[in-house]
Amino acid sequence: MSSSRVIFVSNKLGLHARPAMQFVDLANQFKSQIMVIKGGDEPGEADGKSVMQMIILAATQGTELKITADGEDADTAVAKLAELFENKFGEGE
Amino acid sequence: MEIKKGIGVSPGVAICTAVVLDAEDLLIPKRTIPDDQLDREVDRLNHSLHESEFDLQKLREQVTDSHGKEIGGIFDFHLGIVRDKALIKQIIAEIKSQKTTAEYAVSVVTRKYANQFASMTDRYFQERVKDVYDIERRILKNLIGQKHEDLAHLTSDVVVIAHDLLPSQTAALDRIHVKGFATDVGGRTSHTAIVARAMGIPAVVGMGNLTSEVNGGDIVIIDGGRGMVIVNPDADQLAEFREDAKKIVLMEKELALLADLPAETLDKHHVSVQANIESADDIPEAIKRGAEGIGLYRTEFLFLSLEREPTEEDHYAAYEVAMKNIGGRPFVIRTLDLGADKYTQAQMQNPERNPFLGDRSIRMCLHDIPMFKRQLRAILRVSVLGDLRIMFPMICTLMELRQAKMILNDVMEELEDEEIPFNRNIPIGMMIEVPSAAIMADQFAREVNFFSIGTNDLIQYTLAVDRTNERVAGLFCPAHPSVLRLVRDTIRAGQRNSISVSVCGEMAGDPLYTLLLLGMGLNTFSMNGPDIPECKRIIRSTTLEHAKQVARRVMSFDSERQVMHFLREETRKIIPEAF
Repeated sequence: MSSSRVIFVSNKLGLHARPAMQFVDLANQFKSQIMVIKGGDEPGEADGKSVMQMIILAATQGTELKITADGEDADTAVAKLAELFENKFGEGE
Repeated sequence: MEIKKGIGVSPGVAICTAVVLDAEDLLIPKRTIPDDQLDREVDRLNHSLHESEFDLQKLREQVTDSHGKEIGGIFDFHLGIVRDKALIKQIIAEIKSQKTTAEYAVSVVTRKYANQFASMTDRYFQERVKDVYDIERRILKNLIGQKHEDLAHLTSDVVVIAHDLLPSQTAALDRIHVKGFATDVGGRTSHTAIVARAMGIPAVVGMGNLTSEVNGGDIVIIDGGRGMVIVNPDADQLAEFREDAKKIVLMEKELALLADLPAETLDKHHVSVQANIESADDIPEAIKRGAEGIGLYRTEFLFLSLEREPTEEDHYAAYEVAMKNIGGRPFVIRTLDLGADKYTQAQMQNPERNPFLGDRSIRMCLHDIPMFKRQLRAILRVSVLGDLRIMFPMICTLMELRQAKMILNDVMEELEDEEIPFNRNIPIGMMIEVPSAAIMADQFAREVNFFSIGTNDLIQYTLAVDRTNERVAGLFCPAHPSVLRLVRDTIRAGQRNSISVSVCGEMAGDPLYTLLLLGMGLNTFSMNGPDIPECKRIIRSTTLEHAKQVARRVMSFDSERQVMHFLREETRKIIPEAF
């Protein structure tokens, strides 16, 4: 089973260390394999369970990212991970 | 097979497999690991990651307590990285595909990421390169730390190849299985050289880039006499060096016959030849070589091997063993002489800009009186077990000496109150190792029972030369007339005030200076154990009258070259094979 969703990085500092950790901590709770794909001028692809790879995406505010999950809990994984972006990682702006 | 030249600093020949130590603050060279040991490298990696995780958790707690949750959270990211499975997989893949060490794989993989961060346009992400380097250093530190632990528990003979050996590394070294050292940097008076000579094993320093040219497990010959290292020798070379090693053993046997004879000139003038030691374990070897006592016991190693401040009982236990081993012979214990070394600097929150002119040695002790007192209490408590004498290092001014003596007196009164026995009349001495003390020696001589001239520091401070800096190490020379005047004046000041004067620096064990020091009136020579027989041989082959003539002549020269040339000639006249 696979699932994916496109989201925008809306928090001010982008996907910096703290939100990247939040993302990875959450991603690691799922059984599915999780990938995050970035297009644009500096394209990239990251293992959603690896904080090193997530941070190296350098996803700044406004970046478009595609979250994909592959595995038995793919749907929940994508929904929960996308929620993090919608809530701006609790940064409030 | 490769022959490399360096500076031989401790004689002898060792033929053994190599253990290579990396330094976390230097570029880690690529080394090949045999297939059957690759799994061990993976285990080492995992172990160091666990340790790093533990360190980071502790750090996060500490920082959260002192600076709040927000700042402490920075370490969450570091923790995330050392737990990053994808990253760990990459490092393991690097170990296996490149057949290399965990250290090299960690540095290759983390550096790849660091480069990616550095090339980013966004400032915030660019800055993360610092985090990556920080994490790399932490993992490497734990990896390299394991190696040090391994070196304390060896099962077979090895030679140690390192960029430089730190006191904390040599302190914990297995003294039975380590058969030789070779290092990239260093000089005749570097720490490696001192330790190797005290252990009586060959060492070659200043090899340049040896650590990147030797792989762990290579067979290496270290020839300390000729300053040569041979990596993976062929059969002929092995045979030749085994023969040499045998000859050296024979020569040592000959010299060993001198060990039990007194250090007495042909005209019956007796001087005392003693040994410098790093730990109580060195005493039996020193006595075997003919030491009449211990002229310098360096207590730093207690601090360095524990990597924390010893308690009074730690001190006492170490000194008690030493007193037992020395069996009533004179024993000079020097109070803590740390400060300018790498270990102490690394522990400091703000490393000093100029540590050799900084808060070191007796200065450090006078700034931390509780620590100083713990050591003094232990020294005084063992003073009833034999002929113990106490010596303060790095004294520059009379005030410092008086302060140190006052604190010693305080400790004595405390012990009296507690009815703990000690020797009230313990002889108190000081090192003469800074020019200010040498120049004022006549004043100091009225307030102590003995002097010991530390020529290594005295030369460094007189000539303004860092002997560990290869670019200026050539300027470091005991024969410089300015140094010789300070040594002569110190000995004279001692004679005028009827106190004993010894030299415990490298100069005392160098056969080139034996005649000169004898002629200047020195009454105690304290050196590394292996140097004792040669020194006795020279003393026993000359007369005090002749040595005095040599000294008078030397003091009329104006350059170190003249001094060295003349001394070499004179020594050869008595012992043709001396050099």
